[in-house]
Order: sequence, then C-alpha cells, then structure tokens
Amino acid sequence: MLRQFHSLPGLIAALLVMIMAISGAVLSVNPALERLHSTSIEAGQLNVGQLAGRIAQHFPGVEQIQRTASGTLIIYYTQDGQAAAQTVDPLTGEGLGPYEPSAVSRWVKDLHRSLFMGIAGHGVAGIGAFFMLILCVSGALLLARRLGGLRNLLRPLRGTFSQRWHAEVGRLAVLGLLLSALTGLYLCATTFGLIADGSQSEPAFPTAISAGVAQPVANLQALQATDLNDLRELVYPSPGHPQDVFSLRTAQGDGYVDPVSGALVSYQAHDSLHDLYQLIYQLHTGEGLWWLGLFLGLCALSVPLMSVTGMLLWWRRRKAGPRIRHNSPAHAADSVILVGSENNTTWGFASTLHDALHQAGHRVHSAAMNEWTGDYRSAQRVLILTATHGDGDAPASATQFLKRLEQCAIKPGLPFAVLGFGDRQFAQFCQYAHVVQAAMEQAGGVALLPLETINRQSSQEFMRWGLDLGEVLGQALKLVHNPERPRTHQLVLAECTVYGEQVQAPTHVLRFKAPGGLPRFQAGDLVGIYPPGSPLPRFYSLASSRDDGVLEICVRKHEGGLCSGFLHGLAIGASIKAFIQPNPQFRPASGAHPVILIGAGTGIGPLAGFIRNNKARHPMHLYWGGRNPASDFLYEPELNRYLADHRLTTLRAAFSQVQDRSYVQDRLINDALTLRRLIEKGAQVLVCGSREMAKGVRQALDEVLVPLNLSVQALKTQGRYREDVY
Amino acid sequence: MKTLFAATCLAGALALPSLAQAREVTLTTQLKPYSGNGAYLAIYVTDANGQYQKTLWVAGKKAKYYRHLSDWARGSGMNPSEFDGLSGASVGSGDTLTVSVELADTLIDAGYQIRIDSAVEDKRDSRADVSVALTSSGSSKPVSGNTYVESFTYAL
Repeated sequence: MLRQFHSLPGLIAALLVMIMAISGAVLSVNPALERLHSTSIEAGQLNVGQLAGRIAQHFPGVEQIQRTASGTLIIYYTQDGQAAAQTVDPLTGEGLGPYEPSAVSRWVKDLHRSLFMGIAGHGVAGIGAFFMLILCVSGALLLARRLGGLRNLLRPLRGTFSQRWHAEVGRLAVLGLLLSALTGLYLCATTFGLIADGSQSEPAFPTAISAGVAQPVANLQALQATDLNDLRELVYPSPGHPQDVFSLRTAQGDGYVDPVSGALVSYQAHDSLHDLYQLIYQLHTGEGLWWLGLFLGLCALSVPLMSVTGMLLWWRRRKAGPRIRHNSPAHAADSVILVGSENNTTWGFASTLHDALHQAGHRVHSAAMNEWTGDYRSAQRVLILTATHGDGDAPASATQFLKRLEQCAIKPGLPFAVLGFGDRQFAQFCQYAHVVQAAMEQAGGVALLPLETINRQSSQEFMRWGLDLGEVLGQALKLVHNPERPRTHQLVLAECTVYGEQVQAPTHVLRFKAPGGLPRFQAGDLVGIYPPGSPLPRFYSLASSRDDGVLEICVRKHEGGLCSGFLHGLAIGASIKAFIQPNPQFRPASGAHPVILIGAGTGIGPLAGFIRNNKARHPMHLYWGGRNPASDFLYEPELNRYLADHRLTTLRAAFSQVQDRSYVQDRLINDALTLRRLIEKGAQVLVCGSREMAKGVRQALDEVLVPLNLSVQALKTQGRYREDVY
Repeated sequence: MKTLFAATCLAGALALPSLAQAREVTLTTQLKPYSGNGAYLAIYVTDANGQYQKTLWVAGKKAKYYRHLSDWARGSGMNPSEFDGLSGASVGSGDTLTVSVELADTLIDAGYQIRIDSAVEDKRDSRADVSVALTSSGSSKPVSGNTYVESFTYAL
C-alpha cells in the first residue's frame, strides 16, 4: 500500500517534479553568486542616513534605493529623461555598474513558479510541490521499513545499482526536498490567498507634513536610526510634489519619513503573518541564506536521478513480478492468497491456485506476505504459500510478515492453510513455513488444513494439496502447474582452472563467454544452470560481474552430483543454458566501512569477485578455509595480486589437511581482537560456503562478539551480517 | 506586436448620473521591449499639482503588487471601489494595451493631466512614467514615457 503511495505519484508527476527541481537548482545558485559580489556590512556599522548621504554625492537625482536580502544595493534614478539603475558600494556610495536583472534567471524563475502558464501555472507548481511532499514522506517511510525502523535510516544499504542509489541519494536529500516542498506549498497557498501573508495592510499615507525647508537626506533622524542591514527599500519624494514624503520599508515594518522634520510617521510594524511569510520565503529561495540555497539546490539535483532510477525500479518490479489476473481488492475477497517468495517461483504456484479458485467462482486476492494488512473483511480463508530463505529465514517477499501480523491482528477464528516450498536436501526444510504456521495459530487463526510441504517444486504434490483443499471447500479443485522456465542464455566455456585433484576435492573455476553478449549480473548474484535431463536448475554463486567480460563460477564435483559432474565434464568451447537470478542482498554495502569476507571451499567465488571489484580500495579482510595449500588454494595467484594492489587488506587462510590442521573458525577466534576492532568501526560480514561451515562461523563469531555485547543475530538485524549458504 | 483589447466599460457612467456629460476615450499604451515580466500600469487623472482625481485603468491582477504603483496607490488608497470594473491583465514587454473608458467632459481642457505609474517585478518602480495634459488639442498625439512606456495616446 505504502509502495503504491510512493510509485504512483512518482510516475504521474515525474516530469513535473523534475522540471521544478532542475529549475529550482539553477535558481538556488543566485543567492550565493549575489553574496560573492556584495560587500558585507556589520550590524551598527552604517545607517541608512549615512548611506543616503554618500549616494547623494554621486547620484543627486536618486529616486529609490533597494537592498536585496543578500545585501546588494540597487539605486534607481533618471538620466537624460530615461530611467536608469546601478548597483552601489555601500561604503562609498559610488556606482558599481548598471543593474540589469538576468534574463535567464527570470526565465527559469517563471518556469519554476508557473511553467509560463500564469495563474493556472502557479496551481500546477503547487500540485508539483504536493507530489514532492507525498514522495518524500512515503519514500522515507518505505526506506525506514526496509531498514527496520526510522532510527536505522542511516544504515548501510545493499541492492542493485538503481535500488541502492535511489535509497542512498534519497535519504541524503529528503530533508532538503521536504523543506522545499513544504515552503513551496505555503508560497503557492499565499499566491491564491488561501493563507494570509500579512502584506495586505499598508501604512496610511500621512495627511500633512511639517512646514518648512527639507533637510539634507543624511540628516533625517528616522534614516539615521535605521541600520543598513534592516533596510529593504527607500523611496524618495517626487521632485514635483511639495507635499511628498520618503517611504521607508525595513525588516521590521513600513512607514514614511517627513523630509522636513526627519520624523518617522504612520509607522506600522510587520505583523507575525508577514514575518512568517518572509521567513518561509527565505527558506524556500535561500535569499540571504546562500548556504541553505546551495544545500536545497544540491538536494533538488537529486530529483532527476531519483525519478529515473525510480521509474527503472518500478518497471523492473512490474516485469519481474507475477501477473495475476482477476485480482480482487483485499477487503472484497473471500479467499486471500499470500506469497512468500525469494525469486518468484512460488508466485508461479500461487498464480495457478489463484486461477483455479477464480474459476471455481471465488473472489480471490493475491499479494506478497509483506503486504499483510489484516483488513480482510470478507475473507473466509487465508492461504499462505511460502518458501524458506537461507537457514529458516523469511524469503524476500515475507521479511516483514511476522512483524506486520503482530501489528494488524487477524479476525479471530479465520481459517488458514500454510503450504511450504523447499528442498529436502537441506536441513531446515520449509522451516519458515513452520514458523508462519505457528504464528498464525498464535494470532488466533484456525488451521483449515495441516501444514503441507512441496519438495523441489513438485507439481504432483501441489496437485494433491489442491485436492485436499478442494475437499474442505466442498468443490473439486484441480491445480495443474506447469513451471515456467526463465529465459535462458547460451554460455560457452572459455577457460577452466583445475584445483584440488590431490585432496579428493576436485574444484573447477569455470569462465564462460556468451556469443550474443553476457546478460547483466554482478558478483554475488546467482546463475541457474539446467543440467541435461533435469527440469530443475541448480544455482551457483557468481564470482564475476558482467564488466569483467566473463561469467565465472567455482564448482566442486560432488559424488554423484548431476550438475557438478556435468560442469566438470565440459570441454572448452562447449555450451550450456543458464539464467541469472539477482541476489542483491548478498554484496558489500555502500560506504567505506570495512568488509569481513568469510568463506570455505568454493564459497570463495563471490568473495573473490567482491575483492576484484573493490576499486575504491575499501578495507577488505578475507578469511578462507581450504584443504591443502599445495592443491586447492583457490584463486591463490589472483588473491596475492589483490594484496599487492591493496584491493585486499589481509588474507587469512586455514587448511584442514596439513600438519597443523586448522579451520576458518580457528582463524576467527585467533583474530578476535582485530575482528572486534573492525566490527566497532562498523564492519559488515559476508559469509559464503556450506551450511555446516556457516554454522561454525556463527558460533565462532558469537564467541568473538561477546565482549562487545553483540551477537551474530544482532548484526543480522542491523543488516551487517549476510550469508550465502548451500 | 500583440495588441490587447479590453472591454469597454460603461459601468462608471451608469453609476454616476452626475457625470452624464461623458464621452468615450480610447487609451493606447505601447510598452518598450524591456526584459522582464508583465508590467503593472495605473492610468489615472490628476489635477495640475499631481493630486489624484480618478482612476481610468489598472493593468495587473494581484492587488499585493499595487503598492509599487506608488503615486496612484497613495491617491486612490488602493480602494477597490476606485477601480471597480476598470482593471485587466498586466501588459507584456513590447505589447500594446488599448482600452476604452468613460471620461467626464468636465475633466477635459480644465488643467487636468493623465498619468501612468508603472512597475515590473524585480525592476524599478516608475512614478509618472507618462504625464500628459488632458486637452482636446492633445487628443491622438502620442507622447513618450520615461521608463517602460514607449508611447501613450488618448483619443477623445
């Protein structure tokens, strides 16, 4: 819901918001430029009487003096019957050159305020400011949700280029944009008279002035009493008007000055509405606050980037997301399907279920588990289909589910069923589905069916569950699921480095090229490869980025392993079919914080890729475990090169089949002091390897972290501990 | 060059029967090609001493900027009844404003003047940009202004 509040206004108003932001950024430079060219005068250094006296020496016919918020003094006079204007030096009263406001500035200002459409345009600009306000608030809330609360808004971020930059730049600019939007809305409201700006009341013109001869302007007491920094405007009496007076506008109020007595008459102080208007006007334009102007301009410059990356993100999400037809609104549906999916496979099953229920005459609402609202007024059942990520964790589309379930309770007694998807090879098979089942029962739901699990995307098991469900519903439900194969690319093996033959751990580093150009991927993403004769892909972590020109994986041959056997048997020039599955959560976060990379065996693959891409030379520390340095020291030459050019800070390797056998966990314990120091500096930890190893590493690090009152779990919730395990 | 026409305003004459002896006068104000936003103009009648008598036309819609037409603003007190039905849009650089208004016969050849105060955003204000005697002989003879007005003509 919140996401719609962000992307919809973003899409509708992208162009408008971009125009206003770019024009605003251009205008934001003006106060700083003006400040550069103006002489700054201390308070109490010069009064308006002195200034007028100095100006009178050089410009006897001056008609009007204006002082801009930045301190520039402009005088208007008539020369040879023609109006003229100059800027003057406040210290001498001498002219500094003709004054002509920049035509470019004026053009940009018109564009910014009203898009050249006059009064109606002011309204459009106001709408733009309103959209900006919505985008700022919804964006900040979305980011806070992603980072686990407003307090965590400044935590390091991960993700694809667009995701990361959108959020990174967004959180830097959000305060400036919010200020611009709010003050812009206020200014628009005053333009339309919806809010009073205090400018309506003018002081009454004095009915009579003192009789006598006008004094020299420098002697007028009211002008002497006004500090130059408070001056806004001084208009001289008309030469042809014997009854005319000076009109004086200052920061505090407006009034008239009797040219004979020098007294301030009909003075009217500004009311608080006027002061408020002045303040907000300054905050919006940066006039007289050049640093604020530049800050707001910088923030505004982020808007084009945010618009473009935002639209890209929206487009990708739309393309990647499931296409559900006949999706009823949440509050109107009798059957609600919630999906916990890491890479959309589970969505495929959900879509089949959705169609079948719709065919059977139900009003069905399908959504990601993260979109749980509790507002399922018409729901008679909730069906939850979820995969499990990593070691019993929630998959990407369900990370917020348990928290949201706590916040928005369910209708007591609401029937529900949970269907878990997973792979029995792994120890924590469908663990998250069990967690969800328990949480739903705890929340007051009543199980419609016992928890069922689907092993390795089995269509038969899914169909059987459909029959069970149909039985409870009292109608036949036939779920025929044909998993959709992702679009694959043809890859040709170009290079193969062999390790580990002598230690019974044959490992190949395989480098592929693509005849038609490589797809887009980064180190840490996954490549899905179909071994011959299997409809199910196997996933490998990528050790390279597309920019490296090759697709590189590190594969150990397993006893009877279908895919690893197939890959080890590949000859140079042979081709395979593969697809990329982005894994943006597993990569170094933004910023210069140290990175601790921990892996064993082929887990080195993505870690080596991260080091290779560490062109900014951020501190990176690698802990890696192998068997024998003589045989399976994967990537040894490359790692030594990275140590030499400082892409890698330290390399701590452990070997298990040598004299003093040690494991990577031992290295961690030995280096406890160093590691604690790194963690204190905000280091993040990336772990890649087998489940066994990952468990050992967690135990070792928990031990290391005790003196800091921290734990792996704590680092995980801060997003500083990520695992890619298999 | 664009010419702006505004509607003829008879309201003034109908509302003031004492000015029954009135005629229609056409005011043509051509602006210079200055660089800037639309100009605010106040066209009004003063006596020989420059004392405000009557508003003929106000160009520019936002009342908050009227104070920049300072002589007129003082004379009229910016009282909306002074220019009720006698206002229109601001006039762009280089454009011409043509309006027809009712004018009492008693003001012609009686020592009165027509004046124009003008102002443009972020530029100077101009008091008495134009100042011309209101006489039968002066009818249809262009006079030049000193700030934004290129030429001004009244046709009796």
